[in-house]
Amino acid sequence: MEQGILNGIPLHFFLIVAAGLFCIGLYGVLGRKNAIAMLMGVELMLNAVNINLIAFWRYVRPETPAALAFVAFVFVVAAAEAAVGLALIISVYRNTKSVDPEKLDQMKF
Amino acid sequence: MGGFIENLNGFADFAHIVPEILIVLWGSAVLVADLASKGSIKRSALGWMAGLGMIGILVVTWLLRPTDFAAHQVFGGMIRDDMWTWAFRVLFTVGAALTCIASVDFRPAKAGGEYYALVILAAMAMSLMAASTDIVMLYLATETASIALYLLAGFMRGSKLSAEAGLKYFVFGAVASTVMLYGLSLMFGLSGGSTGYEAIAQKLSSPELRTPALFSALLVLVGFAFKTSAVPFHFWAPDVYQGAPTPVAGFISTASKAAGFAILLRFLYYVLPPNASVAALAWVSLLRPFAVLTLLVGSLSALMQKNVKRMLAYSSVAQAGYVLMGVAAFAASSVPEQREQALAAVLFYLATYMVTNIGAFTVVGIVSQKAGGDDFKDFAGLARRSPYTALAMTAAMLSLLGAPPMVGFVGKLFLFRSAIGAYQQTTDVFFLAMVIVGVLMVLVSVFYYLGVVKAMFVDRAEGDAKPMYLSSAVRLVAVVTGLGMLVTTLLSGPLFEIATSAARAFLTSGQFVSQLLK
Repeated sequence: MEQGILNGIPLHFFLIVAAGLFCIGLYGVLGRKNAIAMLMGVELMLNAVNINLIAFWRYVRPETPAALAFVAFVFVVAAAEAAVGLALIISVYRNTKSVDPEKLDQMKF
Repeated sequence: MGGFIENLNGFADFAHIVPEILIVLWGSAVLVADLASKGSIKRSALGWMAGLGMIGILVVTWLLRPTDFAAHQVFGGMIRDDMWTWAFRVLFTVGAALTCIASVDFRPAKAGGEYYALVILAAMAMSLMAASTDIVMLYLATETASIALYLLAGFMRGSKLSAEAGLKYFVFGAVASTVMLYGLSLMFGLSGGSTGYEAIAQKLSSPELRTPALFSALLVLVGFAFKTSAVPFHFWAPDVYQGAPTPVAGFISTASKAAGFAILLRFLYYVLPPNASVAALAWVSLLRPFAVLTLLVGSLSALMQKNVKRMLAYSSVAQAGYVLMGVAAFAASSVPEQREQALAAVLFYLATYMVTNIGAFTVVGIVSQKAGGDDFKDFAGLARRSPYTALAMTAAMLSLLGAPPMVGFVGKLFLFRSAIGAYQQTTDVFFLAMVIVGVLMVLVSVFYYLGVVKAMFVDRAEGDAKPMYLSSAVRLVAVVTGLGMLVTTLLSGPLFEIATSAARAFLTSGQFVSQLLK
């Protein structure tokens, strides 16, 4: 591996950062009372995945670009998901004048 | 995927995804027809165009039926084209065609070109889900299908319920698929940077990877459990089904669920083959409590519903429990014939469930428009207003219940037989318990399925002497599904033969697999 600023940092540091980011994202989705903040939580979780993939690419198999392609696909999916998520949030806001998911209780048995 | 460039042999690979290519072209054609005509083509005409086109693609797919059990790994191992993939293609094409035609007269959805294009593209993504043997392909196909379905669930923009359903489906789905993706990224690292199923399976089978492999497999399972609406990831189902446009609810409960089972089975068998690793064994033994819980929670919650769509949602959770029973039997048995039987039983059940449930949701869609709601009380006196609709609904309910001579009975019989076979072979008491719980839950389901029938035939409502007008689209779907339920019973022998061949193809290793394993 060529010389670089990352030399000396072991793989598991990256994995721990990613796991932390994933947990923060999950907490954001489950704990926040604003649909847009929940969407941001999902984005954090996706970025944790990207850190994982890039770290594995660099440390495990730097000779093939599979992980890089995978990360690019995750970007695309994340963008599509954010677009659809925001559209659905706007649709809910127009109907209820609120983006608090806890107020979405039209349906109960 | 690393071998993509070397393995790309010209355009030959594209021959294996002809149905998918046709579906994409047709979806785009519907969209463009709507845009180019600037709305002068009527919405109903677009619906017919979408539905009949899918029937045409169904014919082409049927003609392209593989004649042997060969498996073709194409696009560098990302897609596996075999008879199993073909069977699911047929299922999703039928599902999309029926959903499009059933939507023609579901007025509240105001379904335009984009609606039909989304249904068609979701069907395309689902058949890629069934074909994928690579984690990148798995994730992309799953997300393509999910994103289309989120939009469809929230399609009725003026309706509070639909907007709520769309957002809830989206939040649940995004979290579940991201958790799955996190598990996949860990698997990618554990396997030393491989994305193909077989390569991962080989690496994960080493004993020192036991704990991390099990952990990442559990994360992946979350995504599958969401797709199949298995307990405890079923909470979205009742709200989404109730709020979503009714034909879409039918599509989500059948096609999307079948796609979930397709990816679950592929992943289970190729990445975590039974007996290959401790992690695989642990996962296999997890399926059994999952199946029992899904059965119990689905059936018992369905008993308490006042809304027919919510009842059908919980019933579809329970139906997933029956299918999981077959999946558990498949995963546990080590005799090839039994494995094949269990797999064929799962496929057969998913097919019959698709025809039945789309029929049921079509009737619910008519009633909700004519009676102004979809609670049990809105079904009162339906037999007097529209005897044929009531008859179609009765047929669907009996089939979901598993009463002879409807096809649901045959499907349940095959599933129970495979579970009993697994019990005889493994002498694991859990399988016996599973069968007993399954039979008990069939008895419980008599109450809620026949509750609808009672409302239609016994209860009276004001003005129920007035006949109900039915459009030709709705009539077609009701007749096709109603006849489908009877014809598939009569043809269950040959159809089960096809399912068995598909299962055999699923269990055959392709050339590429042995190449990879070298």
